[in-house]
Amino acid sequence: MQPRKRQTIGEWIFKASLVLSGGLIVAVLGLMCLTLLTHAWPSIVALKWKFVTTNTWDPITSTFGAEAFVIGTLLTSLLALFISLPFSLSVSIFLGEYAQRGILSEVFKAMINMLAGIPSVIYGFWGLFVLVPWIRTFQIWVGIPPFGIGIFTAALILALMIIPYAAAIGRDVIAMVPNELKEGAYSLGATRMEVLLTIVLPTARSGLFAGTLLSFGRAIGETMAVTMVIGNSNLLPTSIFAPGNTMASVIANEFSEATNAIHVSSLIELALYLFVITAIINIIGKWIIQRTEVSHG
Amino acid sequence: MNPRFGLGLLTGLVMLGLSIPAHAVELLGAGATFPYPFYAKINDVYAKKSGTKINYQSIGSGGGIQQLKNQTVDFGASDAFLNAEEVQSMPGKVAHIPTCLGAVAITFNLPGVAHLNLTDEVIAQIFLGEIKMWNDAKITKINPGVLIVPLPISTVHRSDGSGTSAIFTSYLAHRNNSWKTKVGAGKSVNWPNGIGGKGNAGVAGLVKQVPGSIGYVEQLYAKQNKMAVAAIRNDKGTYVLPSEESVSQAAGSITIPGDTCVAIVDTKVTVGYPISSFTWLLVYKDLKLTPEKAKALKAYLTWVIHDGQAYAEDLGYSTLPKLAVKKAEGIINGLTLNGKKF
Repeated sequence: MQPRKRQTIGEWIFKASLVLSGGLIVAVLGLMCLTLLTHAWPSIVALKWKFVTTNTWDPITSTFGAEAFVIGTLLTSLLALFISLPFSLSVSIFLGEYAQRGILSEVFKAMINMLAGIPSVIYGFWGLFVLVPWIRTFQIWVGIPPFGIGIFTAALILALMIIPYAAAIGRDVIAMVPNELKEGAYSLGATRMEVLLTIVLPTARSGLFAGTLLSFGRAIGETMAVTMVIGNSNLLPTSIFAPGNTMASVIANEFSEATNAIHVSSLIELALYLFVITAIINIIGKWIIQRTEVSHG
Repeated sequence: MNPRFGLGLLTGLVMLGLSIPAHAVELLGAGATFPYPFYAKINDVYAKKSGTKINYQSIGSGGGIQQLKNQTVDFGASDAFLNAEEVQSMPGKVAHIPTCLGAVAITFNLPGVAHLNLTDEVIAQIFLGEIKMWNDAKITKINPGVLIVPLPISTVHRSDGSGTSAIFTSYLAHRNNSWKTKVGAGKSVNWPNGIGGKGNAGVAGLVKQVPGSIGYVEQLYAKQNKMAVAAIRNDKGTYVLPSEESVSQAAGSITIPGDTCVAIVDTKVTVGYPISSFTWLLVYKDLKLTPEKAKALKAYLTWVIHDGQAYAEDLGYSTLPKLAVKKAEGIINGLTLNGKKF
């Protein structure tokens, strides 16, 4: 009897510790949101909607309007999404359909995983030293101010950074398309491309969309690489080559030296919005993927 | 656990314990990043000399002020003196102890031009976006014989809140009314145009890369990276390049108030460079520390403004002028512990 009882106690302790650590993570998330909300409250009360509808960001007069940052964030992320889409989709189709196994596929997968693991500051450096001079050459050639940095450069870097995320999810959902469907189409005489366009892609559609959405969420919150190449101008961007700013990079730039209470609170309000937006995007993305899995399962 | 590893670990811990003298005082400070190389050097020297360990975290002036306010550090450090609002928010009166001087250099990228003269008015108009081209008459007039190409001007500023920006903008606000009303002075301001780079390295990188650009960096940084630096006209009408010497000269010529809270934005000497500032250590005038710690802090501060000065110039900072040392000494001697002299 004795050893058995000890085992149940051990079992119970083990289970409790699992629940506790898991619960702790959930609690941290909730408390983080609460902290952001309480610290952002003074600025929410003081500035109300003006915070997102005006675009003067002047710490000296305590005027805080984040419109330019919100627009900068959406512009860079959306642009990055459009640029990355053809590439991430191609990689997904190649790995999920054409090269599911084999050396080439393994090498490709490893490379893409590596791309996802590179620290963002390295993307920033690469952008600053390689991409920026290229863009500047182009700008001199077209005849616009040759900053080299700006919204477009930031979008290019972001596109490169989010490709692995969209591609990894895309590959999985494409590989998940049931073989019976494809075999059915082949037996009716469809070519490989016809199978791809009429069977595989439509079936994997919602999963691909979710992958794109999740990579968009990542683009919105990316900070370091963007800060290094976006130009950090607080004015509303006049073109996609103009310097701009994003919510995340303003926080990174100004937080450490912000002393004025309402300045700090305004920066935290920006963080709160980033938190909420990325949380919503993640929840929707995960929900769509889950639904796809269930319908195939 | 491997028993040998365990033994090794134990020995290590014992040795670690033994290496800390039983009664050593440790002072904790946090703040400005700009003088960090100077503080790192003198703190190391001071620890070896006196046995007092100084733990300084360069988390930024804002963080330093915040930590001093929360009384989680023994001293703070800032590149800008506390403004009225910050003074109000502190639980006690704060003393500013100047430790060294840092200057701001104006750096530019103009093909074919190595030497450039600038005045306060021209700098303000460039950064306000009123002077848009390098061959503007206001620039060519003060640079006779220099061939300036008709290139549009791109201004580069610090995107992160920084003491360097505070020094530069307070120079412009003091010297130019239009700048004062339109922009003002501070660590982060609402820049009317241009692009922002993170840190000195960010600004320097952009200025080096963008033809026709102009920006500002710490003098030390411009010197180390051999950047093209403009000579600035001072009140005596001479154009002066920033150097440890010209900065110290300028600071020695101005009237320093009792609390040492002053920006050095003009100079009464011909060889003085007009854009610089003290950087300060911040302590409460009435210390709430153990008597041991308070004594160690007082001794440390006194050492910094005297013997510590010897290490400033090697690292590119300018030493305190005599008058500032004297004022600082008075402030340090006036510190009290729980309301009493000590």
